Amino acid sequence: MSAMSSTTTTTTISTVGLPSRRNTELALLAFAVLIPCFAYANVGLALNGEMPSGMLGYGIGLGLLAGVGHIVVRKFAKYADPLLLPLATLLNGLGLVLIWRLDQSERLANLAKNQGFKFVASAPNQLLFSAIGIGLFCAVVVFLKDHRILQRYTYISMALALILLIAPMFFPAKFGARIWITIPGLGSIQPGEFAKIILAVFFAGYLMVKRDALALASRRFMGIYLPRGRDLGPILAVWAFSILILVFETDLGTSLLFFGMFVVMLYVATERTSWIAFGLLMSAAGAVGVASFEHHVQARVDAWLDPFGGWGKSAASEQISQALMAFGSGGVFGSGWGQGYSDLIGFAANSDFILGTVGEELGLAGTMGILMIYAVIVERGVRTSLAARDPFGKLLACGLSAAFGIQVFVVAGGVMGLIPLTGMTMPFMAAGGSSVIANWALVAILIKISDTARRPAPAPAPTTDAEMTQVVRP
Amino acid sequence: MSELTLTVMRLGFLAVLWLFVIVAVQVIRSDLFGTRVTQRGSRRGGNDRQAQRTAQHSAPPQQRQQQGGGRRADRGRRGAPTKLVVSEGSLTGTTVALQGQTISLGRAHDSTIVLDDDYASSRHARIYPDRDGQWIVEDLGSTNGTYLDRTRLTTPTPIPLGAPIRIGKTVIELRK
Repeated sequence: MSAMSSTTTTTTISTVGLPSRRNTELALLAFAVLIPCFAYANVGLALNGEMPSGMLGYGIGLGLLAGVGHIVVRKFAKYADPLLLPLATLLNGLGLVLIWRLDQSERLANLAKNQGFKFVASAPNQLLFSAIGIGLFCAVVVFLKDHRILQRYTYISMALALILLIAPMFFPAKFGARIWITIPGLGSIQPGEFAKIILAVFFAGYLMVKRDALALASRRFMGIYLPRGRDLGPILAVWAFSILILVFETDLGTSLLFFGMFVVMLYVATERTSWIAFGLLMSAAGAVGVASFEHHVQARVDAWLDPFGGWGKSAASEQISQALMAFGSGGVFGSGWGQGYSDLIGFAANSDFILGTVGEELGLAGTMGILMIYAVIVERGVRTSLAARDPFGKLLACGLSAAFGIQVFVVAGGVMGLIPLTGMTMPFMAAGGSSVIANWALVAILIKISDTARRPAPAPAPTTDAEMTQVVRP
Repeated sequence: MSELTLTVMRLGFLAVLWLFVIVAVQVIRSDLFGTRVTQRGSRRGGNDRQAQRTAQHSAPPQQRQQQGGGRRADRGRRGAPTKLVVSEGSLTGTTVALQGQTISLGRAHDSTIVLDDDYASSRHARIYPDRDGQWIVEDLGSTNGTYLDRTRLTTPTPIPLGAPIRIGKTVIELRK
């Protein structure tokens, strides 16, 4: 007995000095570049029976982008989370392969020709946008010395976000939704993607100041805390605004994203479940109300309720039914890269509906893998938020990862027929410059916050020892 | 391209994708940070402590122990203190479990209890169990002295349960 007891009796508890984990990141990053290269080769072999000609260029390009990102993180955000960059790189790389694979489809080329467009391959553009995205990522990591600086711009960012959200109303609707700002000669941008980040900054700054009032001043009624009437102001304002977006821009996704993000941040800031209940009720009421009179939204809801019923009548429901067929024919293991018929989805096959191609060619196993990668990104964001020491950083990290998660849910849910389809892009994967660039900026901010959060605290200053002990005088 | 090759590549890709996910989750697992609990070998008195804890928790070991040796016979007694509680001063409410280790008190930041007290010395006093498991308080040549009840300590003194030990503005006591 004494032999046993002499070994372990005391324990010490100490905080762990974190390693920087940059080498882990580098290893994962190499892995994350190799997987899309494998996929790229696979597509070429399946379609033409030979290695694709752009293989070397693609591999080197993606590797170079990832390498630059890694070096910048190593230099300027030494203690950042090791997973965010590799995960985002992998998604971006796989997205590029998917888009390139759909570029090879003659059916899509013919479709564009029949509709009077000139068919343009999207993959080179997407590679360019990815490069710009990584550029913005590096810029944010280098120039944003401390995320708390953003707190100073709370109300400026509110104004900026409002401008970005309202601006598309003055431009012509494209594909049924006014979410684009068209700059003649340059192309068009989707300001909603950037507004997502800017609004997160505003919500974080605002809720940090107001959260005590929102959390503590409440009445208890039937077991839940009801906020005071005047504290309902902000949530009502955001709700009204998201309804306005829905009505005037006929954009379900953006409206859902902003309101959802606000409710999540409100809940995190105040720890009051009643906000979630209110948020769900209000968004349900708003969505049902708008759907009852707005034609565009109504069509989407009809297509969701009965995707196969509108066959041949409505393009929207035809797309959804094609996507559902793609998921179905993919089965568990999929048809393999380049061997599916997801190009039947037609328009937007490589942007909003890109998950359909994943579902058909990689099957359930591949789709789950991709969704797991998204889930891990969100998890790292929330983890960063837990580890952050300042309330603004906590709220911002939480809001950004919530926005990311909601966006994935809204798109995936829409394509799979779980919720009505909304015009949003799958972060990092879908073709679309604004989305890729904005999401790289989002990841950069998360990396900055996690760097600050995980940086080991400086050694405590030797204060007490040095001072003289005072002598008690009777 | 043969059917077989494509099937192998198809399944191979899925395997690689999931391998990546699993590696990522492994990184998360090894990355859970916070506090680390390190097991250390016991110091003097550790044996006694272990015996005492076992004795308190179950009856049969107690009997065995009492048969086993006279030196430890009193270890299972009911009056042994289990924790040290700060009852006055800036650290009020702090408790430290007594596990047979020496507890040092003072303003030095490597003390077990770091006193934020202008009237305490860097290394003010220590509390340790003697060979019988009786807890002893010893003044370490402090400027203002250590008081047990009302008396200033001059020699290492056993601590009765609940007796206040005063160091500067801080009062600590041993409790069950």
